[in-house]
Amino acid sequence: MSEVAEPDFDVAVVGAGPAGAVAAYRMASAGLSVVLIERGETPGSKNLSGGVLYGRVLDEVFPGFADEAPVERRITRHVTTFLTPDSAVGIDYSGQGLADPVNAVTVLRAKFDPWLAGKAEEAGAFLMPGVRVDTLLTEPGPDGAPRVVGVQAGDDQLRARVVVAADGVNSFLARSIGLRPKEPTNHMAVGVKAVMALPRQTIEDRFGVTGDQGAAHAIVGDCTLGIGGGGFLYTNTTSLSVGVVLRLDDLVRSGRTSAEVFEHYLQHPGLAPYLRGAEMVEYGAHVVAEGGLAMVGEVATHGMLVVGEAAGLTINSGLTVRGMDLAIGSGLAAADAVVEALAAGDVSREGLAGYRRRLEESFVMKDMRTYGKAPKFLERTGMYGAYGELAASIFHDVFALDGTPRRHLVQTAKAAFSRSPVTLRQLVSDGWAGVRAL
Amino acid sequence: MSTPMTVPERLARTTFTIDEEESHIAIDQELCRSTGTDKAIIAVCPAGVYSEQDGRVVADYAACVECGTCLAVAAPGALRWHYPRGGFGVSYREG
Repeated sequence: MSEVAEPDFDVAVVGAGPAGAVAAYRMASAGLSVVLIERGETPGSKNLSGGVLYGRVLDEVFPGFADEAPVERRITRHVTTFLTPDSAVGIDYSGQGLADPVNAVTVLRAKFDPWLAGKAEEAGAFLMPGVRVDTLLTEPGPDGAPRVVGVQAGDDQLRARVVVAADGVNSFLARSIGLRPKEPTNHMAVGVKAVMALPRQTIEDRFGVTGDQGAAHAIVGDCTLGIGGGGFLYTNTTSLSVGVVLRLDDLVRSGRTSAEVFEHYLQHPGLAPYLRGAEMVEYGAHVVAEGGLAMVGEVATHGMLVVGEAAGLTINSGLTVRGMDLAIGSGLAAADAVVEALAAGDVSREGLAGYRRRLEESFVMKDMRTYGKAPKFLERTGMYGAYGELAASIFHDVFALDGTPRRHLVQTAKAAFSRSPVTLRQLVSDGWAGVRAL
Repeated sequence: MSTPMTVPERLARTTFTIDEEESHIAIDQELCRSTGTDKAIIAVCPAGVYSEQDGRVVADYAACVECGTCLAVAAPGALRWHYPRGGFGVSYREG
């Protein structure tokens, strides 16, 4: 007779980012015994994000979180800019309606994630930092298919009824059990980022914000030297988060290095007025899943769920870049599904199917579907070069009063258009694709 | 913005706990060359971990920021890359 080992915990959550910490919080609150395993010495020390968290879903879990959590600024101004080598055309939206209730905040993950993990601990989850999970523990189930029964870290085994893989975009756990095939490189991008210190007052003056208000700039065009992707510039309390996101297939094709493109971005005349005098205090990088809906595959197997970036849950709509809010949404859906499965005594793939259902019913998959066509649209090359040139050309002719007689805007646009490599057919096609995708 | 910084200068602003005993990166030189992985990983790595020395690709694993970009572009088998042991590697103070 073989003896069935008693699990050490009901649930082992691997990764104390937003998805893992919120899932652990929710499950511990429901009375489950939860271990939250984190590779970094402290939560957040391995984590890096562009920095904008769309906070409405977190506000439902922790009402008024922005008053309590170490968030940087409340984003009340969104600026989207097309850059050419020597000009910038932008859309600048600011609204006080974005501040209360709080819509989006900037965060620095090494400061924010410990707070969120602390919430899980307060609810009774056991935080185990500084531990790298190497593999899943599996056993053959009644049908012969492997069932996840825990995790292995070095020589230590930890058994759990359910494992929640919140181990990030490179999720080795999801891959090891066949839930995430190797991604094509047009689905992946690298985000290269620096945090640059500036005095609080300088930030507020320079970005047109006051108090705890903040600005988020999204930049496309020459900032990436035409490589698919874009730049970002976000305000923190006393620093800026500044970086580029570069689609890997395009980066490899360009023959340039990611470091070179990042440096070009920092040196761009369009950025200089914002960065003047700022001192770099940290440099880092993170892979970004850009495949959207196409990347989301199976999210559950026997004894295991996959959440957050590990499940490919990120959206780049062109105007907004989202990950953390989807991570939190998926963490909540997973937690509720685990509670339900354990109550029913069935942690098979079928028993955990409530996760997928909840995910589909929530904003997470609804938004993933809404923006399902965005990645393909954003692969269209006009976005990163010719359109910015065209817009800049039109505005140049509108504003440059050089003594020649003025013409109506339509004629000015037509003239600029005739000089541009953009064809009408391409513009109409991309425009229509854009409307459908975004 | 002032003068451009080199990658090592930028990385000097980031905190690392170096694992002196164990590299978390191993390279299959033959596969790396035959699949073009060598050029790709040298170009994409934001930390400049990879370089070519005497016709071989070498990895300065101590500077790795653990983003996984190299693994995403590498041909299957050309690179063995996992995270550093618990407690080692990059340690962001900002993130």
